[in-house]
Amino acid sequence: MKIAVFPPNSLILADMVERRGHEPLVIQKEMRKKVTDPEIDSPPFNITEEEPIKGLKYAAIEVPSGVRGRMAIFGPIIDEAEAAIIMEDAPYGFGCIGCARTNELSMYYLRKRGIPVLEIHYPETREETLEVINKINTFLDELEKQEGTDQSDESEGSKLEDDKTKEQGGNNHG
Amino acid sequence: MVKIAQISCGTEYSGVQKEIEKAAATFGAEIIIPEADLDYIDEAYHKFGFNAASSSIRLMIARAMSLVEGKSDADAVFIATCFRCAEGALVRNEVRRFIQQNTNLPVVTYSFTERTKADELFIRMEALSTIVARKSLLAREKQEGLTLGVDSGSTTTKVVLMENNKIIGTGWLPTTDVIASAQEGMDQAFQGTGYKFDDVEGVGVTGYGRLNIGKHLNASLIQEELSVNSKGAVYLAGHQRGEATVLDIGGMDNKVITVNDGIPDNFTMGGICAGASGRFLEITARRLGVDISELGPLALKGDFKKSLLNSYCIVFGIQDLVTSLAAGNTKEDVAAAACLSVAEQVYEQQLQEIDVREPLIQVGGTSLIGGLVEAVSTVLGGMEVIVPENSQHIGAVGAALLVSGLGDTKEFGAKNL
Repeated sequence: MKIAVFPPNSLILADMVERRGHEPLVIQKEMRKKVTDPEIDSPPFNITEEEPIKGLKYAAIEVPSGVRGRMAIFGPIIDEAEAAIIMEDAPYGFGCIGCARTNELSMYYLRKRGIPVLEIHYPETREETLEVINKINTFLDELEKQEGTDQSDESEGSKLEDDKTKEQGGNNHG
Repeated sequence: MVKIAQISCGTEYSGVQKEIEKAAATFGAEIIIPEADLDYIDEAYHKFGFNAASSSIRLMIARAMSLVEGKSDADAVFIATCFRCAEGALVRNEVRRFIQQNTNLPVVTYSFTERTKADELFIRMEALSTIVARKSLLAREKQEGLTLGVDSGSTTTKVVLMENNKIIGTGWLPTTDVIASAQEGMDQAFQGTGYKFDDVEGVGVTGYGRLNIGKHLNASLIQEELSVNSKGAVYLAGHQRGEATVLDIGGMDNKVITVNDGIPDNFTMGGICAGASGRFLEITARRLGVDISELGPLALKGDFKKSLLNSYCIVFGIQDLVTSLAAGNTKEDVAAAACLSVAEQVYEQQLQEIDVREPLIQVGGTSLIGGLVEAVSTVLGGMEVIVPENSQHIGAVGAALLVSGLGDTKEFGAKNL
């Protein structure tokens, strides 16, 4: 299934989704489509005034252009999502898109979609971390069951094997 | 190359980052981003004391702190946030104050939309480059020698001849052909002084037609209005130190400039609506059958509360004035209501966008309309409004003052900063 994660650029959440055999919908993939300039010092993605105008689909004209520009990137991900994991109170290092108003709007739209949504808070202790990982994995596995029995045992087996070989990691300094 | 530190939120996602860099490059400046790592962000915003919800706004605070604490090096600062973002506007102003109180770096702020283009930022970047490259010039507080200032505005051309810190001749006329108007203004200014153009030691030009006239007169200083008008205003008002706001309600557009020690740090320009300009008052005067110079004294005698205007619009507002006259209200009350209408709209459209600092120095031709000056003070809750002598010649005075700072200016030739 296509799973939106929040923060939408969290590599850790994306990795967990992928390990359970789902497709993470992350902002990096959308940004990659916009890179046309090879310069290192240039902005990381080539947003033009067109993006905030496209963002009008998600927020009205009186909303700041920065919110609408962000929504032009994240909005289509929300539209495409079949399920979502929302993690609140995450530090910037875990992933962020910089704007509190965009965060509020994005989470609201994810909840409003009527898709399965897992709501969690950023864990502060080892116990909380284990609990959060369990919740995420259970949520993702339950989605698989809801999706039906069309997935073959073979693909499930290879996924689990893949799981063992992968190292958990990745951080994002956005 | 002048290094301008950018402290901002939302510029990339609004699609304006490249426009900012382009505007800076046009005036020989380079945009740099002050350094701030993840740990420093938390440390900096806790120290600053503003618990912003947006992480990019916290990053702005950290970047400002990095400049103040000397962790990053820059010559000037450009602070920008999205237009209509409340958190951004609050932090933009507080960060501006913080940098000004703790460094000597010139600061310019801006709130942008996705429509912001490089040319809208030119005047700010030009002003920042000027402030850095020619700080000694802007620090000039006294005019010396015999210099000429020409302000070629879109509506009127103003010329001032100054000698040893005194205005000895002035010229003022509506702008038609920019060169011919400047020539006629100069003729007016030289009249009765015993001097001619060849006696002048330096010529400074500003305003809309500055490039054409500057080239024609081989002017030593060709400068944007932001630096020149601020300098002229604080010089004429005798307020060269500390903070002030300069307000120019023009015939076609309005400028509000905030200054710190005579150096501009923010400004806003409007010009979308004639109802918020001197044009509204011109039409009012015509409707009342009086000369524009009589409108101010008339308004000062009236009571705006007696003549209700339901619209700021130059069409419907004027219609209300006519209705008000027909209902038996006096010309004085109607004149007062027209002045209040312009002042209220300038306040709602422009003064609210800027951090207005006392005293407010009102300049330009409309500052001679006493009723308007009083109305501006009223809408600002009784704020002190200073109208200096020769306030209508502000740009020309600023240009004549600044060009005298170039020394033997004849050797410099035309310079466009």
